[in-house]
Amino acid sequence: MDDKLSMDKLNEMHIDILREIGNIGAGNATTALSQMINKKVDMGVPKVNILEFKELSEVLGGAENLVVGILFNVTGEINGMMMFALEQSSAHVLVNLLMGKNIDDFSEFTEMDLSALNEIGNIIAGAYLSSLSGLTNLKINASIPHLAIDMAGAILSVPAIEFGKTGDKALMIQTDFGEGKEEVDGYFILIPEEDSFRTILKTLGIMG
Amino acid sequence: MAEMIKVGMADLKTCKTPDILTTLGLGSCVGIVLYDPSKKIAGLAHIMLPDSTQIRNNSNKAKFADTAIDVLIDEMISMGARKDRLVAKLAGGAQMFSFNSSNDLMKIGLRNAEASKKILKALNIRILSEDTGENYGRTIEFNSDNGELLIKTIGKEPKTI
Repeated sequence: MDDKLSMDKLNEMHIDILREIGNIGAGNATTALSQMINKKVDMGVPKVNILEFKELSEVLGGAENLVVGILFNVTGEINGMMMFALEQSSAHVLVNLLMGKNIDDFSEFTEMDLSALNEIGNIIAGAYLSSLSGLTNLKINASIPHLAIDMAGAILSVPAIEFGKTGDKALMIQTDFGEGKEEVDGYFILIPEEDSFRTILKTLGIMG
Repeated sequence: MAEMIKVGMADLKTCKTPDILTTLGLGSCVGIVLYDPSKKIAGLAHIMLPDSTQIRNNSNKAKFADTAIDVLIDEMISMGARKDRLVAKLAGGAQMFSFNSSNDLMKIGLRNAEASKKILKALNIRILSEDTGENYGRTIEFNSDNGELLIKTIGKEPKTI
């Protein structure tokens, strides 16, 4: 086997394991989110996407879809990025629920709203990554949150460029979640660097 | 009827009048447009990184400013464009997230835009206009018939450069 695990060579079993990681990480993050807003939050089935860059902007509802992206650099024994992304309307609903505001207040985000979003991102990313860390026994650190509100393609260009330095494809473990009638829809995305999948798979005893 | 031709990330396309080249949600990447105004032949590359020589895995030529421009020129010449007539327009190169460290990522948009300009200058291709930097995403449409580059951003009026 090649010293370096290439994304082209990931087999069905590898994909299943990465999906399971998404399942557990997003499950924890969803629970944290649900506790925060004191409502039940449903979670979709995680998708493992290995995408060429030109396909990448189609995730998150299309390249021009307006989203709030909260990005974390992930370092330690796994390197990469973690993103928590929400449709803009969902971000409003979430902030309003959390801050006890009128649920359909869609006016501009205040400074306070933005710092609430950052804090939500922090808790979500923390829950996601700590379950991954527990599962693999690997040390994983997250940076402070970085927030941007813009077109999905533009927001995804940042992790994509990181991938572009080492390969021609990006791997995303993506989980959608939703909260029923008040409609909080969003995505958890884990974007490990190529070497880090090998580390993850190795730790889980999948490859030597 | 003009056709709208979509260019993805790390992708490039060329066209002739009256077709339109577009790329959606350009962030820290740069959209490089080359144009031969007399033949009305256009090319658009959506590059992600400044320099292919700094990267080991550099087979995708559309990914880098240096190699993407070379490919665009070759393709446009084979369609009948003349190199000495080519002009350029640039958009993108934003800093999407405000990292407050000296992290390399923070400057990638700026570096992409600077590299694109440097390469065009070295090739003697004049940059007619640009809309680069800042901290927002852009959707761009280049009209190969009139040479106008339309720029759409969220929360602002569209503009033509």
